[in-house]
Amino acid sequence: MTNGWIDIKNTDMMLIMGGNPAENHPCGFKWAMEAKRNRNAKLISVDPRFTRTSSTADLFVQIRAGSDIAFLGGLIRYAIENNRIAKEYLVNYTNAAFIVKEGFKLPDDGLYSGFNAASATYDKTTWNYEGGGDFSGKAGAAAASGHAPEPVPGNPGGPAPPPALPPNVAYDLTLQHPRCVFQLMKQQYSRYTPETVERITGIPKDQFLKAVDMFTSVRKDGDMKKVATIIYAVGWTQHTFGTQIIRTAAMIQLLLGNMGRAGGGVNALRGHSNIQGATDMAGLYESLPGYLKGPVPDDTNLGVYLKRTTPTSSKPAPWDSMNYYQNTPQFMVSLLKALYGDAATKENGFAFDYFPKPGQDCSWTHIWDDMYNGKIKGMMAFGMNGVMIGPDTNKNINALKKADWLVVGEIYQDETSEFWRAPGITADEQKNINTTVYRLPCAGFAEKDGSMTNSARWVTWKYAAVPPPGDARLDQDIIAEIFLRVRGLYKSDGGKFPDPILNLSWAYADAAHPPLTQVAMELNGRALADLTDPVTKQVIKAGQQLPGFAWLKDDGTTMCGNWIYSGSWTEAGAQIQRRGTEDPSGMGVYPNWAWSWPANRRVLYNRASCNADGKPWDPDRKQIWWNEASGKWVGNDVPDFKPDSHPKDHMGPFIMNPEGVGRLFAPIGVIVDGPFPEHYEPIESPIKNPLHPDQSNNPLVKKFNTPYDKFGSPEEYSIVCTTYRLTEQYHYWTKNNPMNVQLIPEPFVEIPVELAEEKGIRGTDVIHVISARGTYTAKAFVTRRLRPMMIDGKKVYQVGLPIHQGFRGIDEDEERNARTPANLLTPAVTDPNAHTPESKGFLVKIEKA
Amino acid sequence: MSQASTEIVRISGHAGSVPGAGLNREFQVCKLVDTTTCIGCKACEVACLEWNGNTFSETTFDNSYQTMPETTWNYWNLIKFNEHEREDGSMMLLMRKDQCMHCEDPGCLAACPADAAIVQYANGIVDFQEANCIGCGYCITGCPFNIPKFSPTARKVFKCTLCSDRVAVGLEPACIKACPTGCLHFGTKSEMKELAETRAEQLRDVSGFADAGVYDPPGVGGTHVIYVLHDAKNPELYGGLPKDPHIPYSVRLWKAPLKWLGNLAIVGGLAGLAWHYMRYGPKKAEPIPPDDERRV
Repeated sequence: MTNGWIDIKNTDMMLIMGGNPAENHPCGFKWAMEAKRNRNAKLISVDPRFTRTSSTADLFVQIRAGSDIAFLGGLIRYAIENNRIAKEYLVNYTNAAFIVKEGFKLPDDGLYSGFNAASATYDKTTWNYEGGGDFSGKAGAAAASGHAPEPVPGNPGGPAPPPALPPNVAYDLTLQHPRCVFQLMKQQYSRYTPETVERITGIPKDQFLKAVDMFTSVRKDGDMKKVATIIYAVGWTQHTFGTQIIRTAAMIQLLLGNMGRAGGGVNALRGHSNIQGATDMAGLYESLPGYLKGPVPDDTNLGVYLKRTTPTSSKPAPWDSMNYYQNTPQFMVSLLKALYGDAATKENGFAFDYFPKPGQDCSWTHIWDDMYNGKIKGMMAFGMNGVMIGPDTNKNINALKKADWLVVGEIYQDETSEFWRAPGITADEQKNINTTVYRLPCAGFAEKDGSMTNSARWVTWKYAAVPPPGDARLDQDIIAEIFLRVRGLYKSDGGKFPDPILNLSWAYADAAHPPLTQVAMELNGRALADLTDPVTKQVIKAGQQLPGFAWLKDDGTTMCGNWIYSGSWTEAGAQIQRRGTEDPSGMGVYPNWAWSWPANRRVLYNRASCNADGKPWDPDRKQIWWNEASGKWVGNDVPDFKPDSHPKDHMGPFIMNPEGVGRLFAPIGVIVDGPFPEHYEPIESPIKNPLHPDQSNNPLVKKFNTPYDKFGSPEEYSIVCTTYRLTEQYHYWTKNNPMNVQLIPEPFVEIPVELAEEKGIRGTDVIHVISARGTYTAKAFVTRRLRPMMIDGKKVYQVGLPIHQGFRGIDEDEERNARTPANLLTPAVTDPNAHTPESKGFLVKIEKA
Repeated sequence: MSQASTEIVRISGHAGSVPGAGLNREFQVCKLVDTTTCIGCKACEVACLEWNGNTFSETTFDNSYQTMPETTWNYWNLIKFNEHEREDGSMMLLMRKDQCMHCEDPGCLAACPADAAIVQYANGIVDFQEANCIGCGYCITGCPFNIPKFSPTARKVFKCTLCSDRVAVGLEPACIKACPTGCLHFGTKSEMKELAETRAEQLRDVSGFADAGVYDPPGVGGTHVIYVLHDAKNPELYGGLPKDPHIPYSVRLWKAPLKWLGNLAIVGGLAGLAWHYMRYGPKKAEPIPPDDERRV
């Protein structure tokens, strides 16, 4: 979330799409209801199903799963056409005025400039700004500084190195230059007319116009007082273009001036209590803690890595840009010091060589594909149920059959540790499965202390309620013992490259039982030598906890496990254990409750809550403002900005971008599949893409080649299927809890009344849902909450099924249901940016059992 | 479950003075259920089960999110899910938390013949005293909301107590505490009525629900559980909430005029018996027939 849960109460307008917070985040959803009750805020729910969130909405619009970009692109078009945009914000706080390189081509045919069909990659040279300065009012003038546009290279020997941003960006503050970002964006979405949106999404034109009119009404006549928020969850991420859906939302919020403001923002609702924390700690293989970029094989030493990953500012010359990631060396060296302690020295590049530098895709679907192909021999699965989570369950089960060993740390006998008992595997077959499975009983969430980071980036410490039962052990104790034993083996027997293991810093009070308080203190970081602030002369002694990431050094005198967590556990104590309930502003900031990264800021980019002069857009919702007398930014929240930057300096509020401004146009491939989002069809779709039938799908999507990676045609599989969760169950756990099982006793499939009538199915009849990959069996839930849709002139049905039940659980063990996991149906194709599988919007057919 | 600290104003099937009468220190309490902000999360169902120590029972999927068709003797709080299509074709999923309404004029109490099996406290809570329940089930007939349920194992009738044990010590009912959206409120009747009317006005003026209103049916003297409904003109849409609930006339007749007729019949029967005895004396034994006749 750029904002936070409680902040939702400050909004005037909510667009909830790709998420169902009433069911999946019921406690947080109270703030949506507060906004409705106390501010008369409106709620728009856009979803393939009429959900329990929709039941509280002022307007519900049924959309075909996987057509979100068409809807949002249509919204952009509507906002521009009807002047419901934030002009001042747009010019000053976004790259709308920046001029894009000549040769950049919009995807009228589904492809941006620079596409290489052989490798299915883009050369991103033209996806960049032009250099050259101020072209305001000189619409016709070529922005290039004298030289012709660079030719697009043919990409002979693999991908070219990523192009760099120009330091002195060409711009046109009148937004009239034909190649300025605003004009290109306008052109890009001019194709997303209400009629086209209707063809793609199935939303009748009048309903679409009602929805976009309601949402953009906050910016009627450009008035800046009101604020709208966009709220989403995995309904947006689980597509082969998921990142681009979220980017479209970010663009809308920039266009309407809703970023950085109380009651605004783009707000991702995380599905587990600590999934935000997992992501912060480098849950993705491509990143390091604190979203530092992961090393690649070309990073031959620390210097090369830092040169590649440390950006230099790129902006119009008269403007200022903080370019906060210029501090990457401080963050990275402090991380290396936290990991390798005294073994990380200036001389050895702070042991940068110890880092693994994967040269291939190591994301989720690749792990299973590699295991299926015999490249991965073993797996340690903690805190997740791998067989159930990912797409294409059959493939994953067959991959595990080929593994030598599997270690599962769990609180229940789950489907992963018992993959060999999956339905369809006979007793004879079971004898031929030679995977050795070690099941380790772990402690449950209430049995361990530690911190949890919620969707709002609040890091909150929790305490164990009860000790783990029986032989169950804490996860960190299990991992510590494995590590200590492996290290012992390296010590005694040697190995290929023992240094990273032998030199890993493990300075805990009890090596076999690392206290998580000490881990949390490591994440915050401490001084390794006496440090003095050059301005304030404040001194931090060696060994003291650091007050925040501003103190981090790139010379080895500080250590910090995760720079964005620096400030969470200072000399003043554990900020994450604070329980202050004061809220002086009444805006739900609660500055003394727990601690929010970064630097306890509750709303990110909050400089954008003020106009260029530093005055709040809405005086009734003041977050921060410029205080001329003190020469500082002050307010109810911690300024997410350089505290003494005078508004006259025109420093951009989006300090994490080298441009200092928000990106309507994502340059140089920071998003790999295009600078502007474009609607592509899901890999399995009932229609060809009406925008460009010859390039129906995202051109960067790759498919695997095992016999399990099969795809269905719309002729055979004509129904669009989506998966989801229910409020009554929590993922794959609560099927082991009688109370939850009582609330939702059996798996079901939600199907429209019309489809049921066609197939002669009545509610509670057992049906099969069949995709090209598997068959799911459950009872039919015949409902009017899903309706047939007209998609590009074709009648299309959508069905949906919850993911919770599997083949182990209370009902499963009593054989009260068919014991089929939902992900038997889903395909292992992923978003090229985030590697998230396309679990929403795939094709199936249904049959009566 | 008896709550000694709570004033009792009426006792079922009881003659004579009411013990504890006059110890008035209570407000009239009220639970407000704003169905327009209910998200059907069932936290209230689980809280009710856990607080009251009710046990797990097996359920079956029935083409709905609803946990079971009706409340049961050990499941006192049930959200009823109702798909509803409005005239303009738009969809609604109406979710209403069903439980005892705690009527001001409780039909169950009126129908109950057992001494002190049902009491109504001065704060408005209608509470079953299972120790005194004879399991006759008359309260089930008396209730216009289909709430009291008979337990075949305990052979007694159970229902929601409005957490009279919690309320007696100054806590809100368990369902209120568990509700995440603020759909449930608890306070005095007058406060809740005001809050409900304000919300209904907002729904009419801002949200386009012209018929939004408050459900506090006068036919049972008003209730201590009130609803805000999007469509107060059609409460039946919300899982069969009766439009104009009354205590059944059979119960009223039986408990008022017919009760005296019944009593008269008993007294008359006894008097007739006495007259018969005095007139004819005790019944004389018939002579025993000889064995041979009995064999035939």
